[in-house]
Amino acid sequence: MRLISQIGEWFDRRLQLAAPIREVSEHRVPRNAASWWYVFGTAALTVFILQIVTGILLAMIYVPSGAEAWSSLQSLNHDVTLGWFIRALHGWGSNFMVAIVLIHMVQVFLFGAYKFPRELTWIVGIFLLLMTLGMAFSGQVLRFDQDAYWGLGIGASIASRVPIIGPLAVKLMLGGPIIAGATLSRFFALHVFVIPGMLIGFVCLHLLMVLKLGINDWPVPGRLVKRATYEAEYHELTKKDGAPFVPYAIWKDLFFCAFILLAVAACAVYFGPFGPTGRPDPTIIQTSPKPDYFFLWLYALLSLLPPSMETPALLIGPVVVILFLLLLPFLSGEGEKSWRRRPIAVLTISLSAISLGTLTHLSGYTPWSPHMNAWSGDPVPDRFLRGTTALQRQGALVFQVKQCRNCHSLGDLGGQRGPALDSVAVRLTQDQLIRQVIQGGGNMPAYGKNLSPAETTALVAFLETLHPAGQAPARDASRDLALGENPEGRAPAQP
Amino acid sequence: MVDEDISRRGLFMKLGILFNGLVATALAVPVVGFVLSSITRGRASAYLAWVPLGPVTQFPEGETRLATFKNPNVMPTDGKTVDTSCWVRRVGGDQFQVFAINCAHLGCPVRWFPQSGLFMCPCHGGAYYRDGARASGPPERGLFEYPSKVENGLVTIQAGELPTPGPSAALDGKKLPCA
Repeated sequence: MRLISQIGEWFDRRLQLAAPIREVSEHRVPRNAASWWYVFGTAALTVFILQIVTGILLAMIYVPSGAEAWSSLQSLNHDVTLGWFIRALHGWGSNFMVAIVLIHMVQVFLFGAYKFPRELTWIVGIFLLLMTLGMAFSGQVLRFDQDAYWGLGIGASIASRVPIIGPLAVKLMLGGPIIAGATLSRFFALHVFVIPGMLIGFVCLHLLMVLKLGINDWPVPGRLVKRATYEAEYHELTKKDGAPFVPYAIWKDLFFCAFILLAVAACAVYFGPFGPTGRPDPTIIQTSPKPDYFFLWLYALLSLLPPSMETPALLIGPVVVILFLLLLPFLSGEGEKSWRRRPIAVLTISLSAISLGTLTHLSGYTPWSPHMNAWSGDPVPDRFLRGTTALQRQGALVFQVKQCRNCHSLGDLGGQRGPALDSVAVRLTQDQLIRQVIQGGGNMPAYGKNLSPAETTALVAFLETLHPAGQAPARDASRDLALGENPEGRAPAQP
Repeated sequence: MVDEDISRRGLFMKLGILFNGLVATALAVPVVGFVLSSITRGRASAYLAWVPLGPVTQFPEGETRLATFKNPNVMPTDGKTVDTSCWVRRVGGDQFQVFAINCAHLGCPVRWFPQSGLFMCPCHGGAYYRDGARASGPPERGLFEYPSKVENGLVTIQAGELPTPGPSAALDGKKLPCA
């Protein structure tokens, strides 16, 4: 023991780190801040360290070359001992990191921790969030597969819409005229050197401010933050009702970090690594690229926005959101901290969570995309064919062959891009059906040039049979009147 | 004489900062030049060349077929990414329309459905008619069209850039480059 302490003293005389470390670990925190709600920042840092370690391990095998990246991922998955596990840890670590950073941010927002004097801590935190998302996107690119290839195309298409500099931004992003080897190499540089370097710097700043300014005290409804008095009040609180950070508060952080690491490892073992999906070969066009989990909401949003709103929403939306987040501590730097007395804050978080959750859920079954194989694969349910005439059956064939089914479902099978047609005859009269088929409209292509008159007649005859048994099909009352009869034997409307 | 001494040191420090500033600026020129090289290289180089897609006879009249070509600008690390697909529509005779595979919305690969005469995109649901015009969905315009011509019985196109829906998307067909 004596020897160990002597060695320790030898080092400390030269490093002089013992005193500042002791000071940091024993700094007093308000007792009420030693809460299970205050563990997410530490957890984010822990997962970040996990990402650095697994990232370095992956870089020992991974080849950032357009020609070889995909094969090097395959050998990580299949040839290198435990390569699959390190890839899985890195992939799941990335998902966990984005999630924890977001939870941390929501907690800080709801607990009013961004208010005076911690404005800059919040602003640095916003940059940390943006860099985390940047890491998530560039990481998806390094998994150089079909999703990465087409994801880059989507990124380029978005960048190209920036006024004036758009086309230049695309070339700068791709490193050339097309998505190729140079693109992967520059995303490698971003993902491995540029963004992590900035992340480490910003994490240090963020932590330094947490230490200098003290951890946010538990928000008590009615205890308002005032610039003139807050610091003295906080100092008083840590003095009167405070405790040293180690060991009073840190044990919760330690438990939670171990739990999170265990959760990442469990997901890695159970679910395995992400992809890679197919080879990044642009001649393979039978693919439906999808972004990683945390960008699915954006994928859904881009499908659902009206075309005219898309470019403004894409270019102005993020700027507005980021500006709002950056300005937040200046807009409400004082006053109430507790979420119990900040209904708008709670509403903002609830609305954002519901919107993001709904969009993510929708992107799970992409109702906006045609089902590419519905026309050849999905059967027409028996009940729609029973007792039909030859013409109507011919119409059912036209319905399938002309790929109407790719966008319209029958009996819950088929595309959801357009309305389900199980009871279309109740909604549209014969004339309206003909018009809709020939001219399209309401987000439906016009089929006038692709259907012969005979095909249209057959198709509409089939569509007119699509109504529930007890419900009469729609009809044009004026037509009955004009023709002076009841041409199709339907019962006239009761007065 | 202490004051003079300090101002002498001060002057040297300022000169030192100035010297470093000059060196940094001089070094920044090639660094920025390197970073921006993908922009400044311009479009004049190889990738404005005409690329053959195959003999005219490979494309039946009135039909639309998939063709692949190698990007004229190849680097050794590109791998398969320089192979690109496109849709070739032979309107009739020597009249061709060659569409980029990329949807004009966000660049996903569109598929051709001859039965309904539509191109459909699997990503966000864009659809186009056989002549490339927008039919429905989120795209704001029709499919991108490569400049094409028939030369010595071969269909050739001028391709080399990823078409994107930005304000000055080069491969519009309407704005033929003066090659």
